[in-house]
Amino acid sequence: MLKFYDREFSSRLLIGTALYPSPRIMQDSIRAAGSQIVTVSLRRETAGGKTGDAFWSLIRELDVTVLPNTAGCRSVREAVTTAKLARELFGTSWIKLEVIADNDTLQPDVVGLVEAASILIKDGFEVFPYCTEDLSVALRLVEAGCKVVMPWAAPIGSAKGITNRDALKLLRARLPDIALVVDAGIGAPSHAAEALELGYDAVLLNTAVAKAENPVAMAGAFKLAVEAGRTAFEAGLMDARDFASPSTPVVGTPFWHAVS
Amino acid sequence: MQVTVNGEHREIASGTVDALLAELDYEGTHFAIAVNFDVLPKSRWAQTPLKAGDEIEIITPRQGG
Repeated sequence: MLKFYDREFSSRLLIGTALYPSPRIMQDSIRAAGSQIVTVSLRRETAGGKTGDAFWSLIRELDVTVLPNTAGCRSVREAVTTAKLARELFGTSWIKLEVIADNDTLQPDVVGLVEAASILIKDGFEVFPYCTEDLSVALRLVEAGCKVVMPWAAPIGSAKGITNRDALKLLRARLPDIALVVDAGIGAPSHAAEALELGYDAVLLNTAVAKAENPVAMAGAFKLAVEAGRTAFEAGLMDARDFASPSTPVVGTPFWHAVS
Repeated sequence: MQVTVNGEHREIASGTVDALLAELDYEGTHFAIAVNFDVLPKSRWAQTPLKAGDEIEIITPRQGG
């Protein structure tokens, strides 16, 4: 079972709620993904608007665990206040912590991230930090009290898949007791399977499903890929080799004789 | 008095958050509110006084990744 802080889940696919062609397709995609955890955001409500109410009732119908994010926050102060607003609004101490450094890459501000995580953990939050694949940052987040670490595979929405496989492998090896989630950059089910094969506990994605030609079908494909990747990891993958090694037995090959 | 609501300067008559929501015709029910970067729990909306220059954020659930 997947464990985040003290809660257990059977699905290892976390999914976002944004960018779908319609609210109905969002709901159907989340169901097809089999996801038990969905990410949501907080935004300013316009006067007279009931946008938030309408969206929230769609999410409640799904009966899933909500992981609010601090997307768009560019400072520690904004991220900490947004996390506290999320706790008030959603009644959860979970927060997907994002502190963004750069508009073009949506790269995490890892310095601000560690600072914000420390503040929030002291205040009782259970933090899911969106970070780079840098080991030193991950170690600082763990030191601050994070039990979950969420490195990117590639920039958000880029669909490039795992661009720094060695670094992600290193994180897995060095943080065996931390729940690791590949968050951002996943474009295809094969990318998700690869993350699970590396021993990652889960993946979090949004755009790859929401922007597919058929989001509901793609959500189903990701579900299968995540299950396949996890099963493969548990089954124990063989190591790669530099040269061929015959699978068919050599002994008894017709016409075979030793080269003299 | 002059305050900032969701990043916009406004002249308001209300003295509390509760009154402000009514004054600005907010009709929804799922809000969280921060005043000057401090979250104001719903239980205190009716009694917490607003003052000139306050920065008020009215926040609601939205799609996110």
